[in-house]
Amino acid sequence: MSDTPLFDASVSFLRRALDARKISSVELASVFLDRIATLEPKLNAFVTVDRERALADAKAADARIAKGEAGPLTGIPLAHKDVFCTEGVLTSCGSKMLANFVSPYDAHVVTLLKDAGVVCLGKTNMDEFAMGSSTETSHFGSTHNPWKPGHVPGGSSGGSAAAVAARLAPIATGTDTGGSIRQPASFCNVTGIKPTYGLVSRYGLIAYASSLDQGGAFGGSAEDCALLLGAMTGFDKRDSTSLDRAPENYAAALAAPPADAAKPLAGLTVGLPREFFAAGMSDDIRVAVDAALAQYRALGATTREVDLPNAKLAIPAYYVIAMAEASSNLSRFDGVRYGHRAAHYDDLFDMYCKSRGEGFGDEVKRRILVGTYVLSHGYYDAYYLQAQKLRRLIAEDFRRAFAECDLIAGPTSPVTAWALGAMSGDPVQMYLADIYTTPVNLAGLPGLSHPCGFDRAGLPVGLQLIGNYFSEAKLLEAAHRFQQATDWHLRRPALAA
Amino acid sequence: MPLSNEQVERLARLARLAVSEDAIDTTRAQLDSIFALITQMQAVDTTGIAPMSHPQELAARLRDDVVTETDRRAAFQAVAPQSEAGLYLVPQVIE
Repeated sequence: MSDTPLFDASVSFLRRALDARKISSVELASVFLDRIATLEPKLNAFVTVDRERALADAKAADARIAKGEAGPLTGIPLAHKDVFCTEGVLTSCGSKMLANFVSPYDAHVVTLLKDAGVVCLGKTNMDEFAMGSSTETSHFGSTHNPWKPGHVPGGSSGGSAAAVAARLAPIATGTDTGGSIRQPASFCNVTGIKPTYGLVSRYGLIAYASSLDQGGAFGGSAEDCALLLGAMTGFDKRDSTSLDRAPENYAAALAAPPADAAKPLAGLTVGLPREFFAAGMSDDIRVAVDAALAQYRALGATTREVDLPNAKLAIPAYYVIAMAEASSNLSRFDGVRYGHRAAHYDDLFDMYCKSRGEGFGDEVKRRILVGTYVLSHGYYDAYYLQAQKLRRLIAEDFRRAFAECDLIAGPTSPVTAWALGAMSGDPVQMYLADIYTTPVNLAGLPGLSHPCGFDRAGLPVGLQLIGNYFSEAKLLEAAHRFQQATDWHLRRPALAA
Repeated sequence: MPLSNEQVERLARLARLAVSEDAIDTTRAQLDSIFALITQMQAVDTTGIAPMSHPQELAARLRDDVVTETDRRAAFQAVAPQSEAGLYLVPQVIE
């Protein structure tokens, strides 16, 4: 074994160490649990850390490994975003509403990963009900960016991104409704992928905006994401939007040697949307993104400009659709069947209002109110229906662009991680920062963010790759080739306990 | 078109959300700025464009009308704020 500390190692390195019995899964889990105990007070990346359960999972994994029945992820530690229901474990969704909710069942993703033998270290912090881009709306306090405590990790899956960046877990799950995997991945210098809508079951994933929500993976590299995502996909009859497709082996696709080792991306055409490179992104981000694109060309890819003329409409269309669907989805929190119930009320109506008024935070309430308005009688056509028509226009833009290129590249976010509180008084300003990620969710396409440099303040910059439907293997392979030639993804934040 | 406080109160009632007196003004101002953002999309002519409700044009799957789940009432009611004898308890609604 090399000198790499175990917490810093790739999943494939850990696999080899486990299979060669150089370390047990129990020892490996302890490495991460100890690291969490040391660094968590500074980062607040977790809502729940379940040491006992993790060690029990690890013991079971060791038994499987001993019997020669290990799969690629057996005995590998992982953290779940607290939006996924986990049986017998608090599933808070970052909300006071669910601060007492111990789920009676597992999400499909959780079941799949349990069956694969992963060791769940705990549940990560997030914006309340995944509504936010900074993890500041969590009832359990903000998560700090490991690169600069006092700055946001991005969101809504900020806890998962921060946990992987600080190496509190080698891999983590997340969800992405408008950028909630890709944007925190870019803010924290990790790799994150949101697959094609329908590839990962939404069963047991607490719903925000059902036509946009999609589970995905965080890792230290595209290779680690490939292993995790491969274990998360698959048809599930309990999700009406789950796609009945044979799961792909993404990791095997990455391991295949390229035809030309010097130009592994030869033949790949990368489209650069004019609209994404117009004014809007910071100068430091432009420099980092341009350098990454030069690297892609050096690896054999060709770049060409493409047009996404309706992408600028994505923010209003996204927020109308997301808030409308949220207002409908969150009506289930009524203080009757689960979740918070107010202590004092006059009657049933008052109980609903007070339980929801106390249980939801300000951002969730704002979105429910706007969603209620746009769905109310007389306004539906002007808002929700109009947004769905714009959604069609945006999806058509991508369809035309993918006739001219294999992948689309650009910045993941127009800004790097901001200071905690800097945007909290002005929700609209934060919404506008989702400009590059929301069009991808509206179209239902897969998207990935990988590290590509730092700004002058030392905060990470991410490159977003967008693929056509079901091109996850292509996205992961492009990022993998980039990471084989660069070391941005290997840079680690300086973390003192 | 800015909202009035009465409209915010009506929305809050429709959404079953208690919004306190002193939070109404702030809420109204924030909703106004969100509406200023989203009404931008109304300037776009979408005549003849079919709405897209979903990324995948899927037909709803059907299944046989048979019981497939086991009875887990006790586990599900264990997380309810108030239940008794297999029933969810709420304030009296019928006199």
